[in-house]
Amino acid sequence: MSDALLTLKGVHTHIGPYHILQGVDLVVPRGGVAVLLGRNGAGKTTTLRTIMGLWQASQGAILFDNAEIQKETTPAIAQREIAFVPEDMGIFTDLTVHENMLLAARSGAIDKERLNWIFGLFPPLKTFWQSAAGNLSGGQKQMLAVARAIIEPRKLLLIDEPTKGLAPAIINAMIAALRELKEMQTTILLVEQNFSMARAVGDTVAVMDDGQIVYSGEMAELADDAELQEKLMGLSLEAHQ
Amino acid sequence: MSDSLIKPRIERPPLSEVIEAKAPLFLVPVLMLIGLLAIGSGSTWLTLTAAGLAMGMMIFIMASGLTVIFGLMDVINFGHGAFISLGAFAGFTILGLLGGWIESPSIALNLGAVLLAVAFAMLVTGLAGYGFERLIVKAVYGQHLKQILVTMGGLVVTQQLIYVIWGPDEIVLARPTAFQGSFVVLGAAIEKYRVLAIAIGLALFVAMRLVLSRTRIGLLVRAGVQNGEMVEALGYPIQKLFLAVFMVGCALAGLGGVMWGLYQETITAHMGAEVMISVFIVVIIGGLGSIEGCFIGAMLVGLLTNYTGFLIPKLALVSTILLMGAVLMWRPQGLYPVVKAH
Amino acid sequence: MMMKLLSGDSPRSKMLSAVLLLILFGLMFAPFLFPGTRSLDTAARICIFIVLVASYDLLLGYTGVVSFAHTMFFGIGAYGTALALVNMGASYSAIVLGTVCGALVAGAFAFVIALFSLRVKAIFFAMMTLAVASAFLVLISQLSGITGGEDGLSYRIPREMTPAFKLIKEKVLGVRLNGKLITYYVVFFSSLCLFLVLLRMVNSPFGRVLQAIRENAFRAEAIGYKVVRYRSVATILSAVMAALAGSLMAIWLRYTGPATTLSMDIMVDILLMVVIGGMGSMYGAVIGAVLFLLTQSYLQDLLGILQESLGSLPVVSDVVSPERWLLWLGILFICSIYWFPKGVVGRLRGT
Repeated sequence: MSDALLTLKGVHTHIGPYHILQGVDLVVPRGGVAVLLGRNGAGKTTTLRTIMGLWQASQGAILFDNAEIQKETTPAIAQREIAFVPEDMGIFTDLTVHENMLLAARSGAIDKERLNWIFGLFPPLKTFWQSAAGNLSGGQKQMLAVARAIIEPRKLLLIDEPTKGLAPAIINAMIAALRELKEMQTTILLVEQNFSMARAVGDTVAVMDDGQIVYSGEMAELADDAELQEKLMGLSLEAHQ
Repeated sequence: MSDSLIKPRIERPPLSEVIEAKAPLFLVPVLMLIGLLAIGSGSTWLTLTAAGLAMGMMIFIMASGLTVIFGLMDVINFGHGAFISLGAFAGFTILGLLGGWIESPSIALNLGAVLLAVAFAMLVTGLAGYGFERLIVKAVYGQHLKQILVTMGGLVVTQQLIYVIWGPDEIVLARPTAFQGSFVVLGAAIEKYRVLAIAIGLALFVAMRLVLSRTRIGLLVRAGVQNGEMVEALGYPIQKLFLAVFMVGCALAGLGGVMWGLYQETITAHMGAEVMISVFIVVIIGGLGSIEGCFIGAMLVGLLTNYTGFLIPKLALVSTILLMGAVLMWRPQGLYPVVKAH
Repeated sequence: MMMKLLSGDSPRSKMLSAVLLLILFGLMFAPFLFPGTRSLDTAARICIFIVLVASYDLLLGYTGVVSFAHTMFFGIGAYGTALALVNMGASYSAIVLGTVCGALVAGAFAFVIALFSLRVKAIFFAMMTLAVASAFLVLISQLSGITGGEDGLSYRIPREMTPAFKLIKEKVLGVRLNGKLITYYVVFFSSLCLFLVLLRMVNSPFGRVLQAIRENAFRAEAIGYKVVRYRSVATILSAVMAALAGSLMAIWLRYTGPATTLSMDIMVDILLMVVIGGMGSMYGAVIGAVLFLLTQSYLQDLLGILQESLGSLPVVSDVVSPERWLLWLGILFICSIYWFPKGVVGRLRGT
């Protein structure tokens, strides 16, 4: 947890006429779970999409493994071993669960052992292995989205709100899965609005508002400081709870 | 909802929805039956049905590329017709050089000439497709209005270039000996060439389905149709995939062009733009981006054109427009609407 | 007064104003400035095409909808007038009735097409209109009992509008004041009026909503405008205008056939005129039509000279052959879309 795997330095992103990210500075330590909190429209999703190259940063630098990636195309960024779970999950609904996973495995073949481990984390995927992904429930789709991201070992996972609109039982399965990944020293940047989820898995935390990081520090610090929590929760969560 | 993790369930669609989803499959037999009732004579009906299926197969070959290109990259190439003409001219050039093979009574030589012509035509149109995508389409991805205009401009320019290379006159060429004349089946005359067209069309349809369902490229295409962004986020350069599919689509137009040219035994620079009317109708009926829909749509249009062509000749093309209207009233997005992820 | 006529939509550039004035005076005094049947015919065509192209721009440039059925509406107007003149004889009432019916039918057709396809996608509409217009062309060519088929219809128009009718015996400025001249001015002033009406339309609140929709359909819908309804109305208005232009064509030529009104070649010509002149500006239609129709003959002459001087080089001389003028306009068209999306008008305005 010593050095940074991913660093954003003064990143600005414009979408059409809108100036969404206004100088984001963010550090994701190697082997840790960084949580990005913030209210709707604060720029969390845009931050992830900018890292992935799905939006172009108009200014600033994004360093991954000490290489500047802000000018690279999305496939090139993904090939640097970065996996992305978008907010809408990005499931290919006409493809089967199997085919979805097959595409995510860039080597062209699925590692049996790793697949069994994933089945252990998300049992429904085994049951519906040959079904069209479009027939899965919302929670099962989310499991598939995360499973796709971890079908091969990746250096960094970008996960956008994996608990959004899910039932408690599935949220628990998600938390268990992320904890297991954390034990395996996987670096994760997690966008979350659910603070209990954030607290359960996060090492560091950053809070966004109006396209900028307004707080960053250790998760433990925030979890212990009720006053700070109150202040930031007011900022980040009041709007939807 | 909360127990879905413990007892995984999958929703089974009710029977009515299953029937609704499969309904388009019955349209072709239903149309054939209506045709039989309207025409009355069994042998005439058989001849017309064979002609209709052959025509449908050729339109399918030309339309399939167009619909896949649309599905994958949201591009409708209004210049697609130029590739049909270009393929026909390229293929006929080879056939012209192989005059001896064509006139020979040997089926092997006949077939060899046609295969060489097709291969050359597909090569030419595939490469032309490469140039077209890089020069004309690439800059306007995602901008429909400009896309339509620019590809229409590409059509005009390509047609003019055909005039420059091959001259302004139409080219007339008889079919190879083996594909002239007819078989007689149950008292109905069925042209040999139509049987060949049906065979090639069917083979292509099966091959396309296999490629799409069994190969990694096919998987990428199907995924890309639904959500191109996610395919990129998984690490695949979708631009290259686009380009490859565009070239294949244009090569298929070239194949269709040679076949259509041999069917008509006459080719002009405008022939592509003329067939495109039926191609567009087929693509709209099938649902933009759907290969299955395109196939069914092509069969329907081919059959209907031949049936009405026999019953009320003047309304042949108008009847397909009416068919399109009827289908759109039933399913506003065509028979098999392609579900986009966003 | 002037601004009111132009509905407050001034050319906003000295160069453009000068060119437009030149065109206006050129057309207004065409019979005296450029005597001869052929140049008068070109002038009348320019007048009619300005209306046709401007009405297309209402759809393409202002509403952002691509239609390939514009010649169909043009043809419906022409055939309406032609059929009335054929069946009712050469009377003014036939002209009026035919024109009105043509415009109504065109509007109704446009309504049906809009109903089917405007909800879905721009691409859908473009394909649909292309298919329908082509089928219409084939139908008209085949219903020879009514429409004269491929040969089209020739008919007489009221005597006062034919060359046989002499207004006064003497020539004025070397030009005979006959019925043909009257017809020219009927075409000229009708075109001028229709153009000013179109200018009024695009500068009305309705026109501004259309442009808002073109810029961002979602936002316009969110603000509360019924996007489909506005697009449908624009389609219908544009079709009616095209039909009126068609009626003028029918009167001017005293002949109506598939090749002069319905063919896809004319559709491509219209596209070239709109884009090269400048989409989204009514003045673009003026410039585009004038430029195109003049170039059609001028460029061919130029290419003829070029070809002669390059006669020895086989391929090159084919490329510059006068018959290949469309090749060069096609390339110009593609280049304009990429680099001058506002066309010649945009250049003149320096934007």
